[in-house]
This record gives sequence, structure tokens and C-alpha cells, in this order.
Amino acid sequence: MSEPAVEIRDLRKSYGRQSVLDGVELTVPTGALVALLGPNGAGKTTLVGIATTLVRPDAGSVRVAGFDVVRQAEQVRRRISVTGQYAAVDEVLTGVENLRLMGRLSGLGARDARARAQELLAAFDLEDAAGRRVGTYSGGMRRRLDLAVSVLVPPAVLFLDEPTTGLDTRSRLALWQVIGRLAAEGTTILLTTQYLEEADQLADRVTVLDHGRVVAEGSPAELKSRVGGEVVELRDDLDRVLREVPTDGTLAGLRRVVDGLDEAAGPGTRVGLRRPSLDDVFLQLTGRPAGAAAPAREEVLR
Amino acid sequence: MSTAVPVVGAPPARQHVSALTAHLVLVGRSLRRSLRDVEALLMAVVLPVALMLVFTYVFGGALDPGGGYVDYVVPGIVLTCAGFGASSTAVAVSVDMTSGVIDRFRTMPIPGAAVLTGHAVASLARNLVATVVVVAVAVAVGFRPTAGPGGWLAAAGLTALYILAITWLFTVIGLLADGPEAANGYGFALLFLPYLSSAYVPVDTMPGWLRPLAEHQPLTPVVDTLRALLLGDGTGEPLLATLWCLLVLVLSYAAAAWLFPRRRRR
Repeated sequence: MSEPAVEIRDLRKSYGRQSVLDGVELTVPTGALVALLGPNGAGKTTLVGIATTLVRPDAGSVRVAGFDVVRQAEQVRRRISVTGQYAAVDEVLTGVENLRLMGRLSGLGARDARARAQELLAAFDLEDAAGRRVGTYSGGMRRRLDLAVSVLVPPAVLFLDEPTTGLDTRSRLALWQVIGRLAAEGTTILLTTQYLEEADQLADRVTVLDHGRVVAEGSPAELKSRVGGEVVELRDDLDRVLREVPTDGTLAGLRRVVDGLDEAAGPGTRVGLRRPSLDDVFLQLTGRPAGAAAPAREEVLR
Repeated sequence: MSTAVPVVGAPPARQHVSALTAHLVLVGRSLRRSLRDVEALLMAVVLPVALMLVFTYVFGGALDPGGGYVDYVVPGIVLTCAGFGASSTAVAVSVDMTSGVIDRFRTMPIPGAAVLTGHAVASLARNLVATVVVVAVAVAVGFRPTAGPGGWLAAAGLTALYILAITWLFTVIGLLADGPEAANGYGFALLFLPYLSSAYVPVDTMPGWLRPLAEHQPLTPVVDTLRALLLGDGTGEPLLATLWCLLVLVLSYAAAAWLFPRRRRR
């Protein structure tokens, strides 16, 4: 078999004394969609920066599409695309101009770039807005255009760095659909996200990153089974959360939890059921809420 | 999505894009952006024209009751106009550097600095057009250059060199600034230089403490040379003017080339 699309071994990166990536291991098989799940500050964007040749690693090896990102950056750049958190499209130009420009820079001839632009505008539901300046686009439309730019020439690896952060639910769903289709067509994708639901919806494998370290790895189902099932919430009459109790997802387990809430349930309290959030995953995997300070090694060392 | 090309296995690498193609495409991008920004384009022409009319009709009578001030001031206006027009390069570069666009270019197999060259060439084109308009209006209000074809050609060459030099200087400002607003602010300071030169009044009419600065700053030899070329009054220092422009151009270009890979977003 050919080597994995992305292979990261013992990757380390610090900014000054701040360790951002602390020995990360990650593999993305060709054709798979792997999600890198973690809170703000976990090191996701730095990892994508290194894998896309923007940031130099301190130590470790990162191979993308079979090439080393430091020594063979040019070869890597000919095989990847990145859609980041900040849409990399030109606001002054129209949608179709953006696509044609980037098509030319991706090695398409003028005629091919024009044809491919039309094709992608249709595919990404942007035909009506094709002739409008991108400055007038909604957040969701910009991300879709950005994604279209990324697949002008199909990349060996597509990096999606928090592609839906800041989008409303409807735009998020539309983008999920597009990403899902790309993945179904065989595009290899490394996606970073803060949302467990996003990883759950899209990914074949999930790697959970926290303070620059991998804290869990597995399929979405495996991961969720470690976290447990739905969470029972008890709220008072002012809608403040009184209790949050994880369940194992079974009927009997749920009944046990609900029975156990009898004493806490005063007049006016209501009970609800919600899916586990990233916070629950983190609480479960690291023993502390997402984004809380790590049992900092630096502080111990000082 | 139904029309997207299905991918089986890892697709092949992208076609190689020549540096020339990358530069041409990015020059096209910057030119298109310039044409889109109607306000900036209007300002680049209207402001210098207004400035010229004010200096000719309002101050001109007091400065030279004989009406010859228009001949004196036009070369200075041309350079002021070029500086003003080039200043938008700082903003354009800063916008690119602080948005996701630059990271996109950097992850592609193209020379990333072609983005800067694109802005510089667009600035040159924009300002040459503005200069032609300004000179045409100047002639309409009484500017009477005596230069022959050679003089005009040399004047155009020096003006182009000056535009390029100041454009790359503004590019460096755009690279250094934290954002477009800051780039605009720093750039503004440079636009005062013409007033502290021989552009509007002869240096020997300035107070003694200001004279050394006005005499030895790069704009004075450039303005004097432009005036000499167009009007043949013989006060030009073509060698010094050219060297100043080349020095600024080379230093700015080197600074931009050094800064570009080192400036990171955020």
C-alpha cells in the first residue's frame, strides 16, 4: 500500500517558552476524513500551519502526500489545499473572478480555469452570486467559495481549519453537506474543529488534541462510548442548571439517573436531555473542562 | 456537487506554474482591484488637480504676481500626486498581509512575493495614467514646458523611477504596519515630504534651520531635475536625483524581500 496522506511523528513546536505542540502523532490514510478535535489553544491551527508549510516545526517529522513539509515544501504545495478559518478570498473581486484567478495560479490554462469556475459555482450553489463582489457575500457563501477555490484542482490532501467556526446553523449544515460530498468522492481531508458534533457527522477517525498533546484517538463511535451517552440536565424555574449527570445511553441507565434526581427536583424544576458536548468529552478524557489550564509542565519546571 | 470531478485515490500533483505566469496573473489581480476602487482612483486624479488649481489660482498670484508660478509648481504637483497615488499600495499590501489571502498564496507553489510585485506594477500603471491627466490639466491652465522629445522622455523616465521607488517604500510600510489603518497613517507622514522641498517654494526662502533638511532630502533634486528637464532652467541634478531614486528603490525592495517571508498573520 502507498504511504498515508499525512503522517506526523513526534511533532513539537514552541513559541518562546510556550509549548504549543508537544509530541503529536497523527496519521491520515489516503481517502479518509480525519478530524482533529480540540478547544481553542489546543494547537490545531499550528499543526495545520506546519502541515501546510506555513510554519516550521521545532522537531519531529511531518510528511504530506509522501513529501517532507520542510525539505520538500514545494512538492507538498503542489499537492495540498487549505481552507482556513479566515476565508482566503479577495473581497474586491467577484466570485467568478476569484475562481478564475486562483485557477490560473493552480496551473489551469485560461480556458480551463473559466470552465472549472462555472462548474464549481454550480456545484457549490453560488451561481446566482457569481458576478457579485465577494465583499457582499454572507459568511457561509465565503466559506463555500473558499472551499471551491481549494478544489479547483483536486488536492491530494485538503486541510480544513475550523471551516464552520462562526457560521450560523444553516450555513454550517450546508457546508457539512459539501464537505461530506468531497469526502465521499475520495478526497483525503484533515479537518480541525471545536465541535464534537462536526467530527461526529463528518469524520472516519477523530484525534482529540489538548494543550498540544493527543489525549484520545478513535472512531466517533468509540470516542462517544468513552464519554458516555446523553447527559441529563436538571434546571430550576429560572432555567439555571442544577445538575448535569452523564448517562451510559441505555434506557436502564437513563432511568437510574432520572430516579437519582428525585431529591434534587424541587417545585418548578424541569428535566432535559442533551447530547454530550466537547466539554463533556474533555471532562471525561482529561478530568477538567475544555480550555482550562493544563497541569502545566512549565509551572512545575519553573 | 454532482458535476465535481470524482477523485479516486490520490490525484496527481498540480501543473507547474511559471514565475512569469504567477506574476502576470497577480499583476492582473492588482490592476483589477485598482480599477474597482473608484473612490481611490478618483482621489488619485482629483486631489492633485485640485491642489494644482489652488496653488495656481489662489497662492500663485501672491507667490509670483507675474503668473509664472504654474510653471514652477507643476513638477512638484506631479511628484506629490505620485506619492499620493502610491500610498494606497501600503494599504493594499497590508490588507493582503492581514487577511487569509496571503496564507493561501503561501501554501501554493508560486513565489509568494509575486503578490507584492503585482501591487507595485499596478501602482506604477495607475500613477502614470494619473500623471498624464495632471500634466494635461496643467497645460490647460497655462503650464508651458519648453522641453523637446528627449526632455519629455527623460522626465517621464525619472517620474516612473520615482513612482517605483516610493511604491516599494510604501510596500515596506504596508508590510510593517499592524493593519490597513496603521499603514494608511504611516504612509500619510511621507506625503508631507514635498512641502519640505523645493516643490512649492525655492529652498532659499525657507528659514535657515529648515534649509539643510529641505536641500538634502531626496525630493529636492528630483523636483529640480524634473523642472530643469521640462522647462530647461538648468538647475537640475539628474545624477543625484537618479541615484536617490535608485537608492530608495533598492533599499525598499531589499527590505520588502526580507520582511515578506518573516511577517506572519496575527
